[in-house]
Amino acid sequence: MSNIGAYNERIREFDWSIAEKELDYSEGNIINIGWYCSDRICLQGKGDRVALFWEGFGGNEKQFTFNDIRVASNTIGAFLRNLGIKEGDRVCLFMDRIPELYLSFLGVLKIGAIVQPLFSAFGDESLHVRLENAQTRAIITQRKHLSKVRKILDLLPWLEHIIVVDYDNRKPLQKNEVAFSLEDAEPVDQCEIFPTKSESPSVLHYTSGTTGQPKGVKHVHYSLISQYLTTKWVLDLQEDDIYWCTADPGWVTGTSYGIIGPWSMGITQAVLDTGFSAEAWYRFIEKYNISVWYSAPTAIRSLMKAGDELVKRFDLSSLRHLASVGEPLNAEAVLWSEKVFNKPFLDSYWQTETGSIMITNFPGMKVKPGSMGKVFPGITGTVVDPKTFEPFTEPGKVGLIAFKPGWPAMMRTYWNNDEMFRKKFKKGWYLPGDRASLDSDGYFWFIGRDDDVINTGGHLVSPFEVESALLEHEAVSESAVVAKPDDVNMEVVKAFVTLKPGYEPNNELELKIMNFIRKKLSPLAMPQEIEYMETLPKTRSGKIMRRILHAKEWGEEIGDTSTLEEDE
Amino acid sequence: MEEIKDVVLNYVIEEYLEEDDEEITYDTPLISGGIVDSFSMVSLKRFLENEYSISIPDEKATPEAFDSVNKIVALVREFTG
Repeated sequence: MSNIGAYNERIREFDWSIAEKELDYSEGNIINIGWYCSDRICLQGKGDRVALFWEGFGGNEKQFTFNDIRVASNTIGAFLRNLGIKEGDRVCLFMDRIPELYLSFLGVLKIGAIVQPLFSAFGDESLHVRLENAQTRAIITQRKHLSKVRKILDLLPWLEHIIVVDYDNRKPLQKNEVAFSLEDAEPVDQCEIFPTKSESPSVLHYTSGTTGQPKGVKHVHYSLISQYLTTKWVLDLQEDDIYWCTADPGWVTGTSYGIIGPWSMGITQAVLDTGFSAEAWYRFIEKYNISVWYSAPTAIRSLMKAGDELVKRFDLSSLRHLASVGEPLNAEAVLWSEKVFNKPFLDSYWQTETGSIMITNFPGMKVKPGSMGKVFPGITGTVVDPKTFEPFTEPGKVGLIAFKPGWPAMMRTYWNNDEMFRKKFKKGWYLPGDRASLDSDGYFWFIGRDDDVINTGGHLVSPFEVESALLEHEAVSESAVVAKPDDVNMEVVKAFVTLKPGYEPNNELELKIMNFIRKKLSPLAMPQEIEYMETLPKTRSGKIMRRILHAKEWGEEIGDTSTLEEDE
Repeated sequence: MEEIKDVVLNYVIEEYLEEDDEEITYDTPLISGGIVDSFSMVSLKRFLENEYSISIPDEKATPEAFDSVNKIVALVREFTG
């Protein structure tokens, strides 16, 4: 029997107080995610249960019980407090998927500070704009990422503490740097938990838009209510499950469902901190008896490419429930997983701003392969006319996905950008920026983004950010960036550039520009293809017309070009 | 002439290794070892194609085929004869 039971009954009788009761929370009480994910589980008598099986490079393994993560997060919290970090301060986590990343997440929350997780593959420019925007006071990182932090430190007057979790005494620490070793630190058994309330800020995730710099999405401790219940009903985690969320906590899936959801339920999770290989992933599932697996379409399609025969070499019979998020899961991938794992990957839809799953295929529900599924109980979602923002009355029409605000994990604002936050609402609907249709059974069908943001491997990349970075390359005069279709990643970044006089368009320069962006922004943002142009299509006032380049890549009609060389 | 494996090894060290990463050898796992991610693999492929005037089809450019310098050398040799 699945946790959700009968979907229609849940819809009829739904109230978020279901989660509040299960979490012993009442309005006005203290609610601290760090405490809920560790101390509370120990108070329930589950302190000896394994919270984390961790495996890194070279077969390096560690495991932590719930009591271990309680004490470790206390220890980290106390260390930060001693440095002077206080409630409301932003603390960036800039680490690979090592245990300290997960434990620091709880430790920062326990002292009332705000966690700012950032993907460790970000280059120095990506790191700089996000730390500057958040006025981050401390960053917890590893030796291998220190050079990126050092490069931008002088641009960040608020960054007072750089905490290195794996310092080995080989090279001297530099300005603002301090070593912290969880293994050597005196364990702190009792830590005063900061009395955060429902609206106290908790996590600040950064996401990209079409224009402007990345935006900091502010979440609050009350998000736990949504994250707990969606984990329970959608991911269907049960007492004896071993759960694997393959997402990196630098992105929202990795925190909402890679930390908060499973640990607030007291569920054991496993983390693999190595690069991707189909064989390594199957071996990991077999070794740890993974029963619930939450992954992404890009990874699933990569597994498909590795072939069916490889799957047969492993005992994957522990798998009970599979789910997917990040971009739409194509029907072929759903059918393939039914064939090789004897169960489908169930697609789910949500985004950084929503904080928790909004539309999904539930356990036990009829799956329509290629569909996003139905709304989570308690969520009012529909498809609205893009011109009037009124819901369509007939099924099958393509419009904008829209949600009535008010669920617990909804972002509270964009950091220092209320104006942008307000623009996300039209006629009382929150618009996530995606197009879809809704069929007569209430299933949503994804069409695409409603803007120029590129969804590559489930991660959003801002064309503006890449275009700006390209202009910093000595050879580039002008740039335009669009999505290009891709079999595995759904979309990848493609750049069109014109060159400055004296530079020859050749393959060697293309590679140099690719690597320049990879190091400055991130591998995700690196154009996988660069096309040299004599001129870029522009309006009369000089605005580059991305839509023409986008249409070219997607083999679409360019449409009305009368505005070419004219202002749109 | 510098051997292919040294050219590839030096390129990987120069382009993909972070400060304080462990030293790598011809057999160090690059993709499964997290040194080169799947997105960055595209730039490594492009380097090989430029350097050796070859074209590696996408179906051959798998994470497994790029997982160590020695494996990359074997792949390049398929196309350079």
